[in-house]
Amino acid sequence: MSNNNSYLSNYFHRNGRALGSIGYFVLLMVIFLVGAPEAWIRPNLHQSVFVMMPTLIFLTIPLVFLVASGEIDLSFASTYAVAAYVFALLVKNGVDPAICLVLGIFTGAAIGALVGTLIVVFRLSSLVASLGVLFLLRGVILLLSNSRSITIMEIDSHWIYPLLVGNFYGFPMQIFWAAIFVIFCYYFFNKHVFGIHIQHVGDNSVSAEQMGINVNAVKIKAFMFVGIGSAIGGIFTTMITYTFFPTQGFGYLLLALAAVFVGGTPYWGGLGTIIGAVFGVGIIAYMEIGIIAIGWSGEWRQFFNGLIILLALLGHRLHGERVR
Amino acid sequence: MENIIELDNVTKRFGGITALNKASLKVTRGEVVGLIGDNGAGKSTLIKTLVGVYSPDEGDILIRGKKVNAWNALKARESGIETVFQDRALTPQQSIVKNIFMGKELRYPFGFIKEKEQIFEANRLIREIGFTSKLINAESPVGNLSGGERQGVAIARAIYNKAELIVLDEPTNNLSLNETQKVFDFVLNVKKSNRSVLFIGHNIYHVYDISDRFVILDRGEVVHQLNKNEISTPEELMKIMRDTIGAH
Repeated sequence: MSNNNSYLSNYFHRNGRALGSIGYFVLLMVIFLVGAPEAWIRPNLHQSVFVMMPTLIFLTIPLVFLVASGEIDLSFASTYAVAAYVFALLVKNGVDPAICLVLGIFTGAAIGALVGTLIVVFRLSSLVASLGVLFLLRGVILLLSNSRSITIMEIDSHWIYPLLVGNFYGFPMQIFWAAIFVIFCYYFFNKHVFGIHIQHVGDNSVSAEQMGINVNAVKIKAFMFVGIGSAIGGIFTTMITYTFFPTQGFGYLLLALAAVFVGGTPYWGGLGTIIGAVFGVGIIAYMEIGIIAIGWSGEWRQFFNGLIILLALLGHRLHGERVR
Repeated sequence: MENIIELDNVTKRFGGITALNKASLKVTRGEVVGLIGDNGAGKSTLIKTLVGVYSPDEGDILIRGKKVNAWNALKARESGIETVFQDRALTPQQSIVKNIFMGKELRYPFGFIKEKEQIFEANRLIREIGFTSKLINAESPVGNLSGGERQGVAIARAIYNKAELIVLDEPTNNLSLNETQKVFDFVLNVKKSNRSVLFIGHNIYHVYDISDRFVILDRGEVVHQLNKNEISTPEELMKIMRDTIGAH
């Protein structure tokens, strides 16, 4: 019996936060279903959510890694646009879109590495420093693009378009890519040296250093991963809409961060949940779209977004405070 | 008995200060050596020399009877000398198994972790050193453990790292009687497995209880060494300490 107890308590220690965010998601679904059943059974509502979710997943999941490592990044919302800009500009100039895709993702990784190095080497506050980079990069984009958007209709005829963002029996392809990304990240976070080291570093970086983990390298890699995720999100969105906008990504800044914390990853580092974050994304996406779908005015959207963040945080407190 | 490590007339200076002065000390297999001395007696310099953080300015270090040149931390670890520092270097929100394998995970190709093997090995290790509670297993978070049990996790990790000599730096500091007893049980199990322990402590009673032999350090010098069978109470040890310290 006692063995059973320890098994259960360990299980909840590992999965409590993910289960919590699944719970909030289910609760939200029930509320919507009861509140507006006729809107809820229409498939087009869920389709719009499915279009929005992959982008948010590419942004949110890598942030879980970074937050678990004890850092935060706001600049990802601009990295998103820089990578999309590089991609669109190269496509426009006749470079093969597959190569543009690789270069765009590489751009994201490089920006992540730079931001990470800046923060780690100069021991800057990641919140403030990445806020600076957020504005700086956005400025660079606006200057380079002359605040003009780039349309890339030609992408339509290239093989990567149907493969990445095409339609598969009514489902947008990006859902499958996002699902693969989630599965990969789940193992990467929980069963791979990279994720395990991130958790040690975020938990107690002095201990991690003493046991031979290169703390700075781990953190820089986490920033790079955020850059890669943002680049993928930005490029996918650009492909879906055939357009690069210079202001692209700004709207996702707070939504992605909200999804991380609503998903149950605590702000203090050392812990994180990929599954929780997926449901956090689900909650945010359904809030964004559901409010409109049930016929309320858009003004309510922000109100409910705020409410759900606070309620989720209060709920996740049940999983306890930071253990030292 | 084989000497795991021997310091022969080791001197260590920092600028004009002689932190260790011709200190000689040996630890044989399967014994618990208690190192005592006041603040500033040179305990931490001695520990850091043992584990290779410092290399001696004069004198020799012998591992299993053989002299080792250019002593450093890597050579110390390769020789099976592991330290458990006061803060224990644990990450409390992570499980016992993750802590035991921290930085030395068992890996498949591409860096994925052999989780089952790690859990099996961690369970074996914590049972070996004397965790008996059924409420604790390899997957329990370290944050749920008491101070003495956390010391046990750090000791288990040292054993996993193939330690022959485990240096415990004030392991019973800030621990209750009950928790101190747990640490003693862990130390006795380490001894039973034919490994050695160097036990550094402020509390003479703790050092007396657990050690087979005592080394008294004062102002960088080893001023006295004695076996436990030469005395019969901790008070005697304390008297010897008072008489030797400052007398030389």
